[in-house]
Amino acid sequence: MSAVPVPYFLVLAAVLFLIGAGGFLLRRNLLVLLMSIELMLNAVNLTLVAFNRLHPQSHGGQIFAFFVVAVAAAEAAVGLAIVLSFFRLRNTVRADEANTLKN
Amino acid sequence: MGKFEIALFALCAAISIAGALVTVGARRPIRSALGLLATILGVAGCYLLLEAQFLAAIQLIVYAGAVVVLFIFVVMLLGSASTSPRDAKSAVPRYIGAGLFLAGSLAALLLILRIGTKVEQVLPPTPAGFGSVEGVGGELFTRYVVPFELAGALLIVAVIGAMAVARGKQPDPTLRPAAEAAGAAPPGASERGATEPAPGGKSAEPHGGA
Repeated sequence: MSAVPVPYFLVLAAVLFLIGAGGFLLRRNLLVLLMSIELMLNAVNLTLVAFNRLHPQSHGGQIFAFFVVAVAAAEAAVGLAIVLSFFRLRNTVRADEANTLKN
Repeated sequence: MGKFEIALFALCAAISIAGALVTVGARRPIRSALGLLATILGVAGCYLLLEAQFLAAIQLIVYAGAVVVLFIFVVMLLGSASTSPRDAKSAVPRYIGAGLFLAGSLAALLLILRIGTKVEQVLPPTPAGFGSVEGVGGELFTRYVVPFELAGALLIVAVIGAMAVARGKQPDPTLRPAAEAAGAAPPGASERGATEPAPGGKSAEPHGGA
């Protein structure tokens, strides 16, 4: 029996999402950008699981979080592959260098 | 008992927020990866407090065991180049934009907090097996079996795509002297092709000439 109110978890998830979104906007290192995305996905997962605790008749929220974890793993694999490929092209991981399509 | 769980939540929240701040603020990506690991551990603790034991285990296995290790592999592979120097070129508009975003979202968070105090704090009792492997797995393989299979297909496609993208263009080993003589191959690709063992007896790569 959990004694921690669900809004506490929601606020924690919101704070984590904010930190992740702020990092995504502020940083220009591609690796850190990917990690910020993982932070935001974690925050969303925490929200889903917290709301599932409010409605424990089914496991819908937890299963959705499970799928989000699967998609996040796929996204991390493909994203890191793109970072590696980009590093071979430009010898850097700065996102500002990705401007081939700009001009 | 209630005090203990509140303290546990405070510990998990502190670990995850500190880890998130390290992830975003650290200059070296290896420290960012370790901060991400701390966040993941804290969130897994929150899952346990929310009676999602299966998802806590999944979180530890998939995130801490696979995703963070993958990040650390890439950071190690890139070496010192993974620490990008600060660029002053577009810094000021970026900071202004991020500051506006954070200020607006903090205001929204405060509004939500004022509403959140009115949410009823009585949690419904959980049925037996809630959040366990049996409960989640039973529902996953009956009601959500189609998305489950689709997630498997997605993972397969992601693995193949990641391999194809990360491998890059590799010169055909039978054509390499001609390509080097003509100067057609980019310098990075030919150096990599020289240091890596020749890939089997395949004569034509499906994406090699693209």
